[in-house]
Amino acid sequence: MVLQVFTANRVCDGIVVFLAEDGNWTTSLEECRVIGDGGALKQAMATAEKAAEYAVVADPYLIDVIEENDAIRPIRYRERIRAYGPPIHPDFAKQAIPAATGL
Amino acid sequence: MYHYDELDQRLVDERVEQFRDQVTRRIAGEITEDEFKPLRLMNGLYLQLHAYMLRIGIPYGVLSSVQLRKLAHIARTYDRGYGHFTTRQCLQLNWPKLEEAPHILAELAEVQMHAIQTSGNSFRNITADQYAGVAANEIEDSRIWAEIIRQWSLLHPEFSFLPRKFKIAVTGSPRDRTAVKFHDIGIVIRKNEKGEVGFEILVGGGMGRTPMIGQTIRAFLPKKHLLSYLEALLRIYNLMGRRDNKYKARIKILVFELGIEELQKLVEDEWNQIKDGPLALPQDEIDRISNQFAPPQWKKPQAARLGAEVQRLKNPAFADWVNVNVTGHKQPGYAIVNLSLKTLDAPPGDVTAEQMDGIADLAERYSLGETRATHEQNLVFAYVQEADLYQLWRALDELGLATPNVGLISDIICCPGLDYCALASARSIPVAERISRRFRDLRRQNDIGGLKLKISGCVNACGHHHAGHIGILGVDRQGEEFYQITLGGSADENASIGKIIGPAFSSEDVVEAVETIVNTYVDIREEGEAFLDTYRRVGEEPFKERLYPELTDAAA
Repeated sequence: MVLQVFTANRVCDGIVVFLAEDGNWTTSLEECRVIGDGGALKQAMATAEKAAEYAVVADPYLIDVIEENDAIRPIRYRERIRAYGPPIHPDFAKQAIPAATGL
Repeated sequence: MYHYDELDQRLVDERVEQFRDQVTRRIAGEITEDEFKPLRLMNGLYLQLHAYMLRIGIPYGVLSSVQLRKLAHIARTYDRGYGHFTTRQCLQLNWPKLEEAPHILAELAEVQMHAIQTSGNSFRNITADQYAGVAANEIEDSRIWAEIIRQWSLLHPEFSFLPRKFKIAVTGSPRDRTAVKFHDIGIVIRKNEKGEVGFEILVGGGMGRTPMIGQTIRAFLPKKHLLSYLEALLRIYNLMGRRDNKYKARIKILVFELGIEELQKLVEDEWNQIKDGPLALPQDEIDRISNQFAPPQWKKPQAARLGAEVQRLKNPAFADWVNVNVTGHKQPGYAIVNLSLKTLDAPPGDVTAEQMDGIADLAERYSLGETRATHEQNLVFAYVQEADLYQLWRALDELGLATPNVGLISDIICCPGLDYCALASARSIPVAERISRRFRDLRRQNDIGGLKLKISGCVNACGHHHAGHIGILGVDRQGEEFYQITLGGSADENASIGKIIGPAFSSEDVVEAVETIVNTYVDIREEGEAFLDTYRRVGEEPFKERLYPELTDAAA
C-alpha cells in the first residue's frame, strides 16, 4: 500500500494542515501521521471526519506521499505546492523545502 | 465618482452583519462547509489552495484615494501586505482569515465597498473603459451606464441564481479597451444616423474552455430602454440556459445552440411586454447618475508644461515613459497616465500596501484623488496635468511603478495559476516572470512594438490567453507542466480567438518558443506592421516552420 496523509484547510484561517499523530492538525509535514495500512486508514478517516464535523477543518482528503531521507513529501506537484506554499513566495514557506521537490 | 445613497449603504451594512452571523455559526460548527460555501461565495470569499481568498468588487475599476488607503490598511492588518488586481478590475487578497473576514467587510463598508457578487452564479463586477470620461474620441462616459447596470443588477431577486456567472462590460469609445466582445453581454455606446446616442448590445462572448466572440443581438437600443432590454435578455437566459451541465451553462452556449436570430426573437417578444414598464429609465434618473460623473473644472494649460517638454528632451528615461505609458486626453493640457503593475519584482497585478498608500497620495496630488484599475491589470490616473508629468514620473519611479512597458510584450495579463489557485493545472506567474526577464531590454521591447501576451494556468482562461496576440495556456501532462501556445487572438474591437500553433512546450522550452515567435515576426514584418498585423497577413505557417522545423521538414 502507498503511504498516505490526510490533508485539509483549517476552517478558522484556511491554512493547509495535515492530520498529526496525536489527532490534532499540523502545518508541518514532519509531524503528520503517515498511513500505511488499512487499519490505520480507518482510524485516521474517523478522526478526519470528526474534525470536519466539528468545523476544525474543511473537506479533508487523502494524498499520496513518499518518504525520502527521513522526510515525508507529497507526490503530486499540486500537493507539494500546498504543503510548502506558493513557490513565487519562498518567504511564505511553512517548512524547509526538500531539494528534490523541484519547487 | 458615484457615492452611495442611504439605501446603498444600508444594504451593504446589513450584509456585513448577516455574514458575521454566518461566519460565527460556521466556526462554531453549526453549519457544514457544504452549507456555508454558497454563503461565503455570495460575499466573494473563496477557499483556494493555501488559504481563503477574498475578491473585493471595484465597480468599473474606479477607486478614490480614501478607498485605496483602506485597501492598503486591510492588506496590512488582515493579510500579508499586498493585493492583486484582476481582469475584472477587482482586487484579491490571498490570505484573509475566515474569523476576520467580517471585520474586513465592515471596514470595506465604511468606504462604500463590498465583495457581494464577486463570485457565484450571478452578475459579476460590471466593467468599463478605464479611460471613460477622458478619452479623446469617446461618444459618452461608460461609467454612467455601468453604474446604472450595477444598481439594477446588485441583488436582483430574479437573477440571484442564474445558470452560471454573468459578466457585463460597457465601452463608450470606438477603440475598445474592455474586451467587450468576450463578455456574456457587451454594451457599446453608439451614435445612430440621426445622431442619437444609444447602445449596441452584444451577447454570447466568453473565454473559458469554449471561447466565443459576442454577436450583435441589437444594433441600436435607445438609452431609456437599457434596463428593460437587459431584463428581457436575462429572463430568457435564466429560463433557457442549461443547468444540467456546468460547462454548457454560460449564455454563449445558449446563443450557439439557439442561434442569434432565434434568441433575438425571444428577447424582443419578452421585451415588448416590459419595455414601457417600471424599468424604463426616466431622464431625471439618468441625469442624477450622470451628474456624479460630471467632468471636473478643467484648468487652463499651464506655461509650466514646457518644463515637462524640456525634461523630455533632457531625460531619455522620462521620454520613454511618456511615449509608452502616457496617452492623449480629451482636454488640452491634460494627460492620461498608465501605472504599470508589470514589474520584474512582483507577479503581474500585485501591489504592496505601501505602494497602494503611495498611489493614493499621488492620485490626490496629481489626479483628483482617483485611481482606476484596468482589465489588463494596470492602474490609470485619468486627470493629470501635463505640467505635472515630470514630478509624477519621479514619484512613481520611486514607488517602482514607472516601468515604461504598457502595451508591450512584458505587459502580460496573467492569472494566479498553480501558485495560488485550486483550479489551476500549471503555474503561470513564473512563466510571465521569465518572459519579462528575457525581454527586459526596453529598446528591444519598443522595437517589437505593441504585443499582447496573455497567460492562463488552466482552460478556464482567467489569463485571457485566447485573446492574446500570443497566448499561453498551462496544461498538466502526467504531473508535468506544459504550455500550449496560441497566436492571433485579440480582445479589441476587431476581436479574434487565438489559434493553437502546434504541440505544447515544456516549461523549460516555452520562453525560447516565445523568442522564436517574436524573432520570426521581426524578420518578416513590413514597414509599420505590428505583430498582429503581420500574423493576420501571413497566417501561422512562417511561425510554425520556425517553431517546429522537424515537423515541417517531415511534411515537405
